[in-house]
Amino acid sequence: MKTVTVVGASLAGLYAARELRAQGYDGRLVIIGAEPHFPYDRPPLSKDFLANKDFLANKDFLANTDLAADSDFSANKDLAANADEAAAAPLGGAAPGGANAGGAAPGGATRGGAIPGGPTPGGVTRGRPLPGQAPLDETTPDEAPLALTDPDEIAELAADWLLGVHATALDPRGRAVHLDDGRTVVTDGVVVATGASARRLPGPRLAGVHTLRTLDDARALRAELTRGPRGVVVIGGGFIGAETASTCAALGHDVTVVEAAPLPLIPQLGPEMAAFCADLHRHGGVRLLTGTGVAGLRHAAVGGTTGPERVTAVELTDGRLLPADVVVVGIGATPNSGWLTDGALADRDGVRCDGGCVTSLPQVVAVGDVARVGGVRAEHWTSATEQPRVAVRNLLAAHTVETFSALPYFWSDQYGSRIQFAGHRPADATVRIAEGSPDSGSFLALYEQAGQVRAALAVNRPRPFMKVRRRLRAQRSAEPDGTRSARAAP
Amino acid sequence: MIPVCRIEDLPAGESVRLDTTPPVAVFNADGALYAVDDTCTHQDASLSEGWLEGCLVECPLHAATFDLRTGEPMCLPARRAVRTHRVSVVDGTVHVHLTEPTAVPVSVRTPATTTASAAVTSGPLATKGSAA
Repeated sequence: MKTVTVVGASLAGLYAARELRAQGYDGRLVIIGAEPHFPYDRPPLSKDFLANKDFLANKDFLANTDLAADSDFSANKDLAANADEAAAAPLGGAAPGGANAGGAAPGGATRGGAIPGGPTPGGVTRGRPLPGQAPLDETTPDEAPLALTDPDEIAELAADWLLGVHATALDPRGRAVHLDDGRTVVTDGVVVATGASARRLPGPRLAGVHTLRTLDDARALRAELTRGPRGVVVIGGGFIGAETASTCAALGHDVTVVEAAPLPLIPQLGPEMAAFCADLHRHGGVRLLTGTGVAGLRHAAVGGTTGPERVTAVELTDGRLLPADVVVVGIGATPNSGWLTDGALADRDGVRCDGGCVTSLPQVVAVGDVARVGGVRAEHWTSATEQPRVAVRNLLAAHTVETFSALPYFWSDQYGSRIQFAGHRPADATVRIAEGSPDSGSFLALYEQAGQVRAALAVNRPRPFMKVRRRLRAQRSAEPDGTRSARAAP
Repeated sequence: MIPVCRIEDLPAGESVRLDTTPPVAVFNADGALYAVDDTCTHQDASLSEGWLEGCLVECPLHAATFDLRTGEPMCLPARRAVRTHRVSVVDGTVHVHLTEPTAVPVSVRTPATTTASAAVTSGPLATKGSAA
């Protein structure tokens, strides 16, 4: 292969690029990112980043709204100091709620035509960032920890980074990836790592309504949360919703979580542990309303009839009306596979892959949130870091020589509790508290089926959890086909 | 020099966390004592809760692994070294000699290969055979 294109400058995309070089691929490497940022880590966005821990050092921040607004946005106004980014990155005004502001800054990228290959890779070009989409600023203490890579590694990878552009189509016959700025990348191999997008509520876009998936989402939400105490309604009690609610409560806001199911997190954790997590909300001072859906959002024009429409309340299906200054929609994510118009490659539930992350085309593999590997699409950070090694190996071998069978693992930090989960939870598993107790806030729970431990959940109990996780991993690798049991997982 | 515990209270394979600022983790790796900053350089997790194997410790959150002798990360997602601190045993009591914080502010822009300054000045003092 002379050119491999990684579509998605994401966690999974970066790990794929690393694997390509680590596994000896020395051809041209192109990395396409829809966001203007170099790869960054998303998990902190709902936690430390949203809480803006450095900022919290000033305890009066909620009272001092001017200071809040200034400090928050000074980060966005300063472009990353390194010249290669600054040269190509026009900066939109980082206005509060920038994601809703219209208009686009002039782009710096060359348009039209095929992107030339050539002997001097390692360049960065950026498309047109929307206002508020300043590149990840690694010079600030809050954004620096998000960066997944650094200039040294970027130099070592020797890739062409095309940031702020979307892939719009894959043409397998022409061996080309088409971009939304009209350009085309001619390529021999493709790693699809386009991730997923936060699901939104139907209806018009309203000020005050947020999702939390991207850095720009988090910047915009944080800006609202630093403007004084707010009434926050979080729609969806999943991990994103719970972590966001926890952070909002810690910041001093009045928080309500609305969950349509009888308890949050039942599909992931089962009813017993879901009940424990529901209690975390209540002990954390957050109202949890379950078993009711959202009928719609009420809104009003800000500053008279001509101003932008802003959310005022959340209307529930049971008729209740929850006044809201800020609404966070955490109702899951949909895989970004729509650009793969070839129905054989992808559908609405992601890119179809065999157990080795390989699609029906051997020169196209998929990793991370967008990939349905052996029938399972797992939106887990750990999968995004573990699949690329297997996917790249199979891509370079031109057929599936290895399947992906890592043990699922995820974690969540909420209300001061660290929750860790590993394994596959059969629906009929029984839960046994093996250590500690839920009342004490520190315990290890084992999910057992037919006398065998299938999964484990720990709350503030990392050491014994690690032992069980290793045991589960060893047990899994001893199974004849790890991917088969993965299909049975929720 | 900070007293940690009696040597018999830190048997092989065990670790202890000091509530210093920043916190420090002290390990007994098969008889050799090592001390490093407790917080993983990737994200907020306590290395003293990690998995100890030889002189490597694996972070309990994302499995980044550090070499306790140098503080260097052995694999992703960590890219920066943890600071190492000297350990001594005086009259059966384990002590940690904290390494001065590096003058250069910690930044992800610092490549992992050049953050070993702490390791150069502070190789942990092995006390082989002193554990029960």
